[in-house]
Amino acid sequence: MTQARSSEKLQTAFIVVLLLLAVVGLWEGAKAFSRAVNYALDLPWGGTLDLRNFNNQQLPHLGDIARSFVEPAQRNGPPLGLILLNASLFTLSSAVIGFVLGGVLGFLLAIIFAHSRLLQRGLLPYVVASQTIPILAIAPMVVVWMRQINLTGLAVPIIAAYLTFFPVTVYALRGLTSVSPLQLELMRSYAATRWQILFKLRIPNALPQIFTALKISATASVVGTIIGELPSGIQSGLGGAILNFNQYYVQGPPRLWATIVAASLVGMLFFGVVALAERLIVRWNRPE
Amino acid sequence: MMIAIDNLTQKFSAPDGTTVHALDRVSLHIQQGEFISLIGPSGCGKSTLLRIIADLITPTEGQVLVNGKPAHQARQDREYGFVFQSATLYDWRTVLKNVELPLEIMGYGKAEREARARDMLRLVELGDFANKYPWQLSGGMQQRVSIARALAFQPKILLMDEPFGALDEMTRERMNNELLRIWQQLGVTCIFVTHSIPEAVYLSTRVVVMSARPGRISATIDIPLAQPRGPETRDHDDFFHLQSQVRAALREGAGEKVDERTARRVGVDG
Ligand SMILES: Nc1ncnc2c1ncn2[C@@H]1O[C@H](COP(=O)(O)OP(=O)(O)OP(=O)(O)O)[C@@H](O)[C@H]1O
Ligand SMILES: [Mg+2]
Repeated sequence: MTQARSSEKLQTAFIVVLLLLAVVGLWEGAKAFSRAVNYALDLPWGGTLDLRNFNNQQLPHLGDIARSFVEPAQRNGPPLGLILLNASLFTLSSAVIGFVLGGVLGFLLAIIFAHSRLLQRGLLPYVVASQTIPILAIAPMVVVWMRQINLTGLAVPIIAAYLTFFPVTVYALRGLTSVSPLQLELMRSYAATRWQILFKLRIPNALPQIFTALKISATASVVGTIIGELPSGIQSGLGGAILNFNQYYVQGPPRLWATIVAASLVGMLFFGVVALAERLIVRWNRPE
Repeated sequence: MMIAIDNLTQKFSAPDGTTVHALDRVSLHIQQGEFISLIGPSGCGKSTLLRIIADLITPTEGQVLVNGKPAHQARQDREYGFVFQSATLYDWRTVLKNVELPLEIMGYGKAEREARARDMLRLVELGDFANKYPWQLSGGMQQRVSIARALAFQPKILLMDEPFGALDEMTRERMNNELLRIWQQLGVTCIFVTHSIPEAVYLSTRVVVMSARPGRISATIDIPLAQPRGPETRDHDDFFHLQSQVRAALREGAGEKVDERTARRVGVDG
């Protein structure tokens, strides 16, 4: 069994590497091809295809992006990698706070909805509607409100929480209410209280679904944090770095790309931590 | 007197507007320490009767009294151990923790919980499986865990809905003997649903035969086989004789229904 599992791991690693190579090949291939045809391709049916998006200015070489991490971002400054590391940690901490806020809010809403059909029917439409409002539109308002009540530091986490809570509510509600009638009858035969049914049956039953939601929320909270940082004028995070390197894009295109790589690494790291927690907590299932 | 079931009627309304007459004026009085088997065709209301006794559904009419108090009170007093048709174990709990579940809910201390759960697992011969998860057990083993769980808090009344339906014949006979031993040892009152005539006769002090549409008790047959019962009981002449009696009662119950249906059809035609 362990042998089968380790060979499975090897296969996974193989596929990951293969995909990575494919991306590198496509990226660099497209660039090389575009340069060979001088960034304009004559189409057989007439007209030309503009390929300037593949030039070094618009789409830097992967090698240049990688190298930019170790080069100083400004003359005599620290290497970009260090700057991005600090920015990533700053953004990650906001994202974690937002994730926790959103997770708790989402979970509480799910518990309320699971116990009251009336509230579920009355409130759920608003919860859904809240997610159709573009986050970019409300982010500046949240920043202003939080500044007014002297909690500026919470503005960005709240924006992240706004993106986080929804999947948790939806999945947790599904998990809390999908207990089998027989399992409920068992609890009733013990004259269990509502709370006992919640803690000993509904919540454990919902855990796999809750973790599915938390994994979605982990990445969403990073995106939400970065979006929140953009209008709030916070310089220390990845959002600030994106704005900055976007403004001075011409002077060094790889820097913006390196920032994007850093942002996605932060999201993946957060996802990985939640997935690990899931492995440690939801351990009763039959291995596939 | 222990359980008094009087004039129970249960109607279910189906989504299509029709009404199912699951039970029709069912009355049954059960003494403390009796072992009652309910037997009858599928859909005659056996599970429904069990659920009403356990106060899991409220009957349309009639009432159930346990030692003079309503079923609802008896449930609040934790007098019922219910073994469902399927094992209904919680996937996320080990076997031991599953058996501890009712004890947790009833507020037993940790040490006593574990000691009792281990005792019960030994009783159903699953002592070595305490730390396994349900998916690691066979269907029969899971059902035995659910019996251990029902017994863990020593309920006065054990309600069992076809608990051995999924077992092979050999395991079933062994489980029957274990159940009889537990029943005598703990002095519980058992109400046991089965589709097997030999099982009903072997286990019971009384077999209650039901007929369907509407669900009624069509016969009650005393089983005066000597206690304690064992393999020799199965060879006893009376054992076979009583089985024939139950079979005849079942056939009669089904026959009545045929007669009724014919009568109705004649009525419509005329
Ligand atoms: N919750 C319910 N809603 C509607 N109808 C129900 C419900 N529960 C049972 N019934 C109906 O009541 C009748 C009796 O059902 P019940 O489950 O008590 O039968 P049973 O004797 O246990 O059958 P089986 O031997 O197949 O388990 C059936 O016709 C069934 O369809
Ligand atoms: Mg049934």
